[in-house]
Amino acid sequence: MSGTSGASGTGEMGRMSGTSKTRAASGMRLSPDEKIDVREILKDLEHYRPRRRGWTWREKLPPGTDLGPFEFQEISRSFERSVPLPAAKYFGGIDPQPRMVVTTEIASGRFEDDIRRMRMAAWHGADHIMVIRTTGQSHFDGLIEGTPEGVGGVPITRKQVRATRKALDLIEDEVGRPINFHSYVSGVAGPEIAVLFAEEGVNGAHQDPQYNVLYRNVNMYRSFVDAAVAKTLMQWAGMAQIDGAHNANATAREAWKVMPELMVQHAINCAYSVKVGMAKENICLSTVPPTAPPAPEIRLDLPYAVALRRLFAGYRFRAQMNTKYIESSTREATVTHTLNLMLSRLTSADIQSTITPDEGRNVPWHYNNIAALDTAKQVLVGLDGLKSMVRLDASPDGELERNAREITERAVLFLEEILDVGGYFEAVRRGFFVDSGMYPERNGDGIARDPEGGVSAGTIVPRDPDYMAPVCAHFGANHLPEGTSAERPCDLIGGCTLCDPSKIVYIHELDPTDNVETRLAALEAGPPGVVYPEVEWAADRVVTLTMFWPVDEARAEAAALETARRLGLEDPKAIHKEVMHPSEGTLIEVKGKVPFGIDLASLKAPEEQETLSPDEIHGFVRDHGVKVVAATVGQDEHSVGLREILDIKHGGIEGFGIECHYLGTSCPVDKLVNAAIEVGADAILISTIITHADVHRMNMKKLADLCVEKGIRDRVILVAGGTQVTWDIAVESGMDAGFGRGTRGVDVASFLVRALREKGGGAGPAREAGTGSGSESGSGSGL
Amino acid sequence: MTTRPDDFEERRRHLAGMSDEGLATYFWELADKVTDPLVVLARTHTSPSIERSVLLRMGFSSLEAKAIVDKCVEKRLLGKGAGHVVWQLSSARGMSVREAGAALAEGRMWDDVAALFGAGR
Repeated sequence: MSGTSGASGTGEMGRMSGTSKTRAASGMRLSPDEKIDVREILKDLEHYRPRRRGWTWREKLPPGTDLGPFEFQEISRSFERSVPLPAAKYFGGIDPQPRMVVTTEIASGRFEDDIRRMRMAAWHGADHIMVIRTTGQSHFDGLIEGTPEGVGGVPITRKQVRATRKALDLIEDEVGRPINFHSYVSGVAGPEIAVLFAEEGVNGAHQDPQYNVLYRNVNMYRSFVDAAVAKTLMQWAGMAQIDGAHNANATAREAWKVMPELMVQHAINCAYSVKVGMAKENICLSTVPPTAPPAPEIRLDLPYAVALRRLFAGYRFRAQMNTKYIESSTREATVTHTLNLMLSRLTSADIQSTITPDEGRNVPWHYNNIAALDTAKQVLVGLDGLKSMVRLDASPDGELERNAREITERAVLFLEEILDVGGYFEAVRRGFFVDSGMYPERNGDGIARDPEGGVSAGTIVPRDPDYMAPVCAHFGANHLPEGTSAERPCDLIGGCTLCDPSKIVYIHELDPTDNVETRLAALEAGPPGVVYPEVEWAADRVVTLTMFWPVDEARAEAAALETARRLGLEDPKAIHKEVMHPSEGTLIEVKGKVPFGIDLASLKAPEEQETLSPDEIHGFVRDHGVKVVAATVGQDEHSVGLREILDIKHGGIEGFGIECHYLGTSCPVDKLVNAAIEVGADAILISTIITHADVHRMNMKKLADLCVEKGIRDRVILVAGGTQVTWDIAVESGMDAGFGRGTRGVDVASFLVRALREKGGGAGPAREAGTGSGSESGSGSGL
Repeated sequence: MTTRPDDFEERRRHLAGMSDEGLATYFWELADKVTDPLVVLARTHTSPSIERSVLLRMGFSSLEAKAIVDKCVEKRLLGKGAGHVVWQLSSARGMSVREAGAALAEGRMWDDVAALFGAGR
């Protein structure tokens, strides 16, 4: 049981941050080298209680905090475990995290697959996991139970929420930082969902009655009446609320013109929330930069962002990324999102949401959640401290201030007219909202709703003079019997579920076939040890191919699909097309399903050579002396990789006392062999980066052949390295070893020492054969 | 629906003289005026979802809550509060809240409830 599960009260218990050290109640623990066990998550779920409730912000580190070789202005406490950006290896592996809470939205329709994605996302910096609901849940009048499969999202049920919370508790222990779990308190069952979330440790939710009215056509009276109770429950649980204003941007025909209306929508939800008792610091505006290139995005969106933050001071800002203008190009989406992140840095954001770059193609795939998170981390960290050097133009006559003022005035005029026509409901009836005109301009294309119509119309009833609800966190008139404490109305019934969670009723499954057990059983029925590629669901078998065809778009697509079919992919579909030139060529990306899985046991995995300890290597080299000659061979000017392996300052083999004779780049193979003979080298190290026409294989073969010809093959160890070199390719080509990307000096040194031991403890013969005086050649050009 | 050209310059005249702070204050005054009647509506009304949320908090399952609220709607008792109905029955008949709710969810004892809240409803 968690420390909060028995807590009463109205919100002051809502913030128990920093509990990441606490083990999940089950005693389970994740290990980075093991996959999460969904069956273990599901076990004993009826007794699982969340360890805390309420939202947790990041622990900000002071400006000037050192991390690795740098000083940062705007970072938060590092994770205990994470995957840093790829280039981090050049900076001591640091993984600085911005101060904003970072969101990822996960919605495959199967929570058991989403849990695995959440774990990957957490390792890449997500501490706000937003679960999208299945299509149609908004109109479901009541709670859904069990674990049925969803469409474009997950059916939000107690079991699903509890299992996910339990998994996130384990994941937050693994990464060492609290993770906020989030979904939606909207539709016609808002108050019930809010109870569920308050009980189950959900930390944040979308809640905005306007969203129901405009986009889900829920009756407007019902939507606002329900919202007051839902918000009161969210406040009790300390949940962060995110509004729905960003949807106007995504819906309006000309998105950049709705800025005045966005302010009005934010204001209505904010003012309403405060009036029903929500604390300002729990109310987050969901704001999105409305436009995207080729519009002059920053010049249009920056004044709006500035005006909004000024007008809504004291509230929190959730910076969403643009979805309105996402097409199938993941590159284009990433650039738009990069500009969005720059806007967050130029203004402010408390929560930075991310949108996957494949949002314009499909329901997001695993690795695109990760791509979006890495984009956010990369840009935010890259722009760390931007405002200490760049200031926005605050002059009243500048374009920024003039536009910010104008947008605010337009929003004020909008509110005035709502009151003029008789209030909010009448304004909605007249189609004030989501009109594509820049208010007060009107294009007559707004969303109009009938106050007496919509889903669940006619379902609200007046509370009678003796209306009573014997529970906590309730909103509105509540006529408790004489002598009942208003602090704890549930004393009347001996405690409500908020005060006594043992009263919560857990339903396992209602549908005997559409549930997680059936889905897991189907997966487990497959041959053991066989693994399938996936993008979304376990064993979905989807892979993509990227192709350039030197023909026009239509024929390129046909050719690409035919290629996929001939390669054996099932159900191929083009997911992206981009014209390089109307007749010269087209880029096509195709997805399809591979018709097989891979039995991991059948794979000949390259044997992972364990490295020797530095002391062991040093000792061997000291006792026996080891000499190598090395060069990048062929017409190849790449030097970095080999220098990394050799140079003492890069942790190379020189550092172990190995005598290195480096002959530079574009070195002829015969020159290298001659040098080896001359210095009496124990090994020849070649680097071969260029692979055009298999030149890397040719170089290796040539080296091996020449060593045989010169009679030294049995005396020298031949080692090849390069980005496209693998152990197998190297050995096939006559080498003793091959090293690819990511190899370190210690790997090569360990191999050399082992190989020399096998040869009998040192490099006597080769050395004796040589002159032993070639050390000047180490300059690289001496030979 | 209305179409209208952009008459911003015309409409803004009364705002032109306001300071930025004054404009912000006015913005929030208007937002308050727009939302005040919405809060009154919420304070004085309830809905099936609200009442099911009360029953959930009282320790009933979603299935029981739905059954009880559907009957309350049918019997025109929602304005009393579904939790009130359950509580009233339990106190009047000396049953536990759980027993009273379970009986109502099974469709039993609704005549007792009708009697408790006055005939003719």
